[in-house]
Amino acid sequence: MASTPKVEVRSLSKVFEGGDHDVTALSDVDMTLGDNEFVSLIGTSGCGKSTLLSIVAGLQEPSEGEVVLDGEEVVGPGRDRGLVFQSYTLFPWQTARANVEFALRGEKLSKGERTKLAREHLALVGLEQFEDSYPHQLSGGMKQRVAIARALSYRPQVLLMDEPFGALDALTRGMMQELLTRVWEEHKITVLFVTHDVEEAVFVSDRVVVMTNRPGKIKEEIPIDLPRPRAHEMLSSPEFGELYGRVLESIRSEAMAADTVPAGASR
Amino acid sequence: MERGPATAAPRSPAPRKRRRKRHEMLRIGGGISTPWFIGIAVAVFALLLGVWWLITATEMVEPLFLPSPSEVFESLRHQIQNGQLWDDARVSVYRVLIGFALATVMAIPIGVLIGTYRVWEAAVEPLVDFIRYMPVVAFVPLTILWSGTGDTQKFLIIWIGTFFQQVLLIMDNVKRVPMDYVNLGYTLGLKDRSILARIIIPSSAPGIWDSMRISLGWAWTWLVLAELVAATSGLGYRINTAQRYFETDLIIGYILVLGCLGLIFDQVMKFLSRRMFKYEEAR
Repeated sequence: MASTPKVEVRSLSKVFEGGDHDVTALSDVDMTLGDNEFVSLIGTSGCGKSTLLSIVAGLQEPSEGEVVLDGEEVVGPGRDRGLVFQSYTLFPWQTARANVEFALRGEKLSKGERTKLAREHLALVGLEQFEDSYPHQLSGGMKQRVAIARALSYRPQVLLMDEPFGALDALTRGMMQELLTRVWEEHKITVLFVTHDVEEAVFVSDRVVVMTNRPGKIKEEIPIDLPRPRAHEMLSSPEFGELYGRVLESIRSEAMAADTVPAGASR
Repeated sequence: MERGPATAAPRSPAPRKRRRKRHEMLRIGGGISTPWFIGIAVAVFALLLGVWWLITATEMVEPLFLPSPSEVFESLRHQIQNGQLWDDARVSVYRVLIGFALATVMAIPIGVLIGTYRVWEAAVEPLVDFIRYMPVVAFVPLTILWSGTGDTQKFLIIWIGTFFQQVLLIMDNVKRVPMDYVNLGYTLGLKDRSILARIIIPSSAPGIWDSMRISLGWAWTWLVLAELVAATSGLGYRINTAQRYFETDLIIGYILVLGCLGLIFDQVMKFLSRRMFKYEEAR
């Protein structure tokens, strides 16, 4: 699938320097994202998956190694990478539309064009009727849909998602996963999606990358060759079950290993 | 006192539903309806007034120490009629507003800066914290020495009493801005200055406004203090002269006026906050 990689993570390490002991969050991570590929990064909590995403976003610096986007080294955050956070990052003082328009201020657009684009992207996530609502009037799932609309609106090259549905209830989560795959299928973009939910990872991705416990390394890459478009009926198919089992087995052995190590211990 | 049974009256004959409602407002974190809330608040005021009246009517206390409510209101009426109350209040309000505005105008940029950048926090916060613990009262002689007993000295005392507190409150407000908001700004390619102006300030504005409202109350306290010590006008000055002539009714009347003014200012600030930060309401 990946002829020329869109994003390359090259022998990346991240060490957090503590008082008594340093914590190695990531150790010699290599991975690639193909153009328009949807890749999930899955691992136990504290394995460094969010740190990796944050380094790709340019919000943290690696201790060693580099992240390369379209052949150029990433040296900081930029508009070529859009980020969707786990926490609701809509500004409470702005309406849904104004929140999306906020992201478009960096483009050379007239006010009218900004509004039009914001409306289009809210429609993409099914929120055209809520453009004038304030975040406190929206449910958690709706807020994350606005955040997705915002992240797509300025056409970044890569969409980075850090457990975007982690705070939602199971039912909303499922709907959001379907919505995300639908949007992605229509609106191809390279995605790096961090999650600890196996079902979610298998359902949305082209490839699942499993990380080891801290210090995080790439343990295994599992291609998800399920057909697209995907719908929730697939969850009960044997093919899905088989892939789900493989990913679960891979991450389960890590979780069991993590249990035998005292929390916070740096190895 | 005689109001006690009146409020309790609906209790006994009330049907079951009524009892549940009562139960609701006695529960931790339970709700209360607006009429009940206002009713209880007014009843407490009335009760205190009643106690005051009772004490003076039965002559338990010498009128020199505690005049009756009617005497107090009579002396206030007199002050209103001869225009003195208006003059005194105007001078005091003017001093509070100027002193408070000076403190606020300086505290907001400094507070935002030290809440945003740790370097500035290291430079300013320990110093401010140190000065904050110096009693404002102790500055009164110094400020008189520096600037006499006119308005400037009042501004100075109000400034000393509020500025340092405001800086720390604002710093805390700014620190509570979620880091994800700032990171979002970075991923959108914003520079530090835009993040400050378009994310940090709007995000902390409701909290800053609330800190202003609280510190405005302190400004009143420091003003009255300054006017009591050395002044030739203002509400505090009038209280001080009233003491010299044993006009206890006037003293109490003016204390009540100060309370009312504080309440009005507070309500105005709250009202403006609701207007400006409508989106905060549902939170």
